[in-house]
Amino acid sequence: MKTEIICSGFGGQGALTVGKFITKAAMREGKNVSWLPSYGPEMRGGTANVSVVVSEKPVASPLVSFPNILVALNQPSIDKFGPLITEGGLMIANTDLCPNKLNRDNVDEIYAPMNQIANEIGSDRVLNMIAIGIVIGKTGLIKYETIEKDLTAFLEKKNPKLLELNLLAIKRGIEIGKE
Amino acid sequence: MKVIAQRPKSLTDLAFTYCPGCTHGISHRLIAEAMDELDMRDQTMGVAPVGCSVFAYKFFNCDMAEAAHGRAPAVATGMKRARPDMHVFTYQGDGDLAAIGTSEIIHAANRGENISVFFINNAIYGMTGGQMAPTTLPNMKTSTSPYGRDVADIGYPIQVCELISSLRAPYYVERVSLLSPQDIIKAKKAVLKAMKFNKEGRGFTLVEFVSTCPTNWGMTPLDAMKWAKENMYPFFKLGNFRDKSLEGGE
Amino acid sequence: MGEKVLMKGNEAVAEAAIRAGCRLYFAYPITPQSELIEYMSRMMPKAKGTFIQAESEIAAINMVYGAAGCGKRAMTSSSSPGISLKQEGISYLAGANLPAVIVNVQRGGPGLGDIQPAQGDYFQAVKGGGHGDYKMIVIAPSTVQEFADSASDAFDLADKYRHPIMILSDGLLGQMMEPVEFQPMKTTEEIEELNKQHFDWCIHPNQPEPNHHHHEINSLEIDPIILEQHVIKLGQKYDVITEKEQKWEEYSLNNDNEILCVAFGTASRLVKSAVDQLNTEGFNIGLIRPIRVWPYPYDAIKKAITDNVKKVAVFELNLGQMIEDVRLAVNGKVPVKFMGKVGGILFTPEEIKAQLEEWLQEEK
Repeated sequence: MKTEIICSGFGGQGALTVGKFITKAAMREGKNVSWLPSYGPEMRGGTANVSVVVSEKPVASPLVSFPNILVALNQPSIDKFGPLITEGGLMIANTDLCPNKLNRDNVDEIYAPMNQIANEIGSDRVLNMIAIGIVIGKTGLIKYETIEKDLTAFLEKKNPKLLELNLLAIKRGIEIGKE
Repeated sequence: MKVIAQRPKSLTDLAFTYCPGCTHGISHRLIAEAMDELDMRDQTMGVAPVGCSVFAYKFFNCDMAEAAHGRAPAVATGMKRARPDMHVFTYQGDGDLAAIGTSEIIHAANRGENISVFFINNAIYGMTGGQMAPTTLPNMKTSTSPYGRDVADIGYPIQVCELISSLRAPYYVERVSLLSPQDIIKAKKAVLKAMKFNKEGRGFTLVEFVSTCPTNWGMTPLDAMKWAKENMYPFFKLGNFRDKSLEGGE
Repeated sequence: MGEKVLMKGNEAVAEAAIRAGCRLYFAYPITPQSELIEYMSRMMPKAKGTFIQAESEIAAINMVYGAAGCGKRAMTSSSSPGISLKQEGISYLAGANLPAVIVNVQRGGPGLGDIQPAQGDYFQAVKGGGHGDYKMIVIAPSTVQEFADSASDAFDLADKYRHPIMILSDGLLGQMMEPVEFQPMKTTEEIEELNKQHFDWCIHPNQPEPNHHHHEINSLEIDPIILEQHVIKLGQKYDVITEKEQKWEEYSLNNDNEILCVAFGTASRLVKSAVDQLNTEGFNIGLIRPIRVWPYPYDAIKKAITDNVKKVAVFELNLGQMIEDVRLAVNGKVPVKFMGKVGGILFTPEEIKAQLEEWLQEEK
């Protein structure tokens, strides 16, 4: 079993972080993983994307050409990677920055106003956590508990308030994913 | 029998390969005497350059490394950082230090590396046969400035002590000469100071020696001394450019 | 081995180097290796080691020369244009018999090129980018774990042969994160033991006379008779290395392979994916991945060309460099095909698969 994911968005939206948390959680759950970012001029402001592979077998190519899952935080991400999603694949998109839908028959598309929800929760910064939550709720690729443990270890002392918001955002995402 | 003069312990018993009348032998001896007098030889590592003194690693009787052209200050940095308990010096000519190795000397000085640099300025490339050096004087003829150094075309000689002492970190910077017995006595004092500061871990020290190259200048050794006094002194003024031991603070 | 951590290749090799006893690191920033120098700047002081951001790659490699001359484990790293600047120093390290480790996180060239992953420095690394008769053991990792493991491997080889060793990675390996398990940190006592093996030649091991006076670190032998002997000795060292230090991976290799692929580093991973797919579709493709690209595993490739192998296919992220070594191994027995990508662009496993299908088709 192998899952190939692309997470994409404007630099600073946290698309790379979405990929990183999924990768790390999958590693903790005993999977083989890789996380390959696009780098260079795109690092700031442009479209930053990351290829994530989660696999039972060792990862050969870390490069994802045709993702099973696309997390699109902005419109250029849908335009660029939407057509490449495999049949029966999944797209999770942020409607606040994606006015145009993908509209493919053979892809499951989940749209959520992530900026709006993030603001309701209390911080722009948790937008990417909503996306992670949706991935968990919809696919069960990784467990909520694994990410909770990681985030707690990372933020408990440094920023307990942000930890709380992050966990809220993931839970909210899980609800959306399960709907 | 009474010994009046003998080879310093810090020199090996190999005969120098320098030309008759060359001042390298004097500067080698001064450094070796300083090492002996300060009882530093067992804790000293030297770095030889590329140039006439390329074989300095055979002449100094302490552990020596031979560096690539211009890189002695970087090699010395690596050595000093690997063995902070040891004392490190470089011995470099004008092409090595002030042309191809400009970057390395400026930055080693600017880091305040705990090393001593002995800089031989004879205004010419000796080993390769008398080409123009970064310190060649205006209008001076060399094999690559056959019509004389044209400052409008190629710029003025680089004044190393002035350059190095424009940086904040260097601890001790002095220009001396090897053109008369009195000058050599003064030079010895500067070398001793630099090596003592080095031993005490005070910081970066540099001594520039105004030297001669009778062979490539096409002069007798005595004429070369005379010519250097008349022509090099106006450009390369002798004296101290930095001595933090005399300052308060830093 | 400890717990698995998710790390970028650049950081993993830095951490592994420190654990392997490297306490002297000198480098200059360049993309895509900057995480390596940044990691060292954070962690070296904690390990009570030396980190210097040098004024240039040239200065950095010469600082390594000085530190290695003192018999200590020293390292530098850069990316392609910076590695070109280090070639002078590498030649001197080889000439002076100094152990040192140089990491190249390759990017697209020539010239400034770009900052994306490439394998265009193969010739420079294995055929000697600097002057004179020298060879360098070149380790070409293909995963972050291997990248990390290559650090201690490189230092051990450097010490064993008193020779510079290059780790030839690329921007993809440097930038990507994968799980990695580290060897335990060498203790101060263990590092001191490592240093001791160099006391008979290195500068100033602090031994009483007459043992330590007068050691020279030097690559100059002005007398041709002496230089001849020196270079012949170097040649003998390369012969031993060639015999003992070849390392390669055999992937899906068997006597019935129709096509034998050869690829190294990042390219080999992309090829593996294509090979896997084709083999599940009923084809029989094998792969040899040189783990060290010098000394080159000529015999392993030669042996893998059974009577069933119709073609050898070489995949590189350059215009075709390692293919010359593959041709030497194949020696005209079967055609050698090539697929390359340049400019820092990667071929996808799908493109590789399509190319292999085309070559398989030619046989029908």
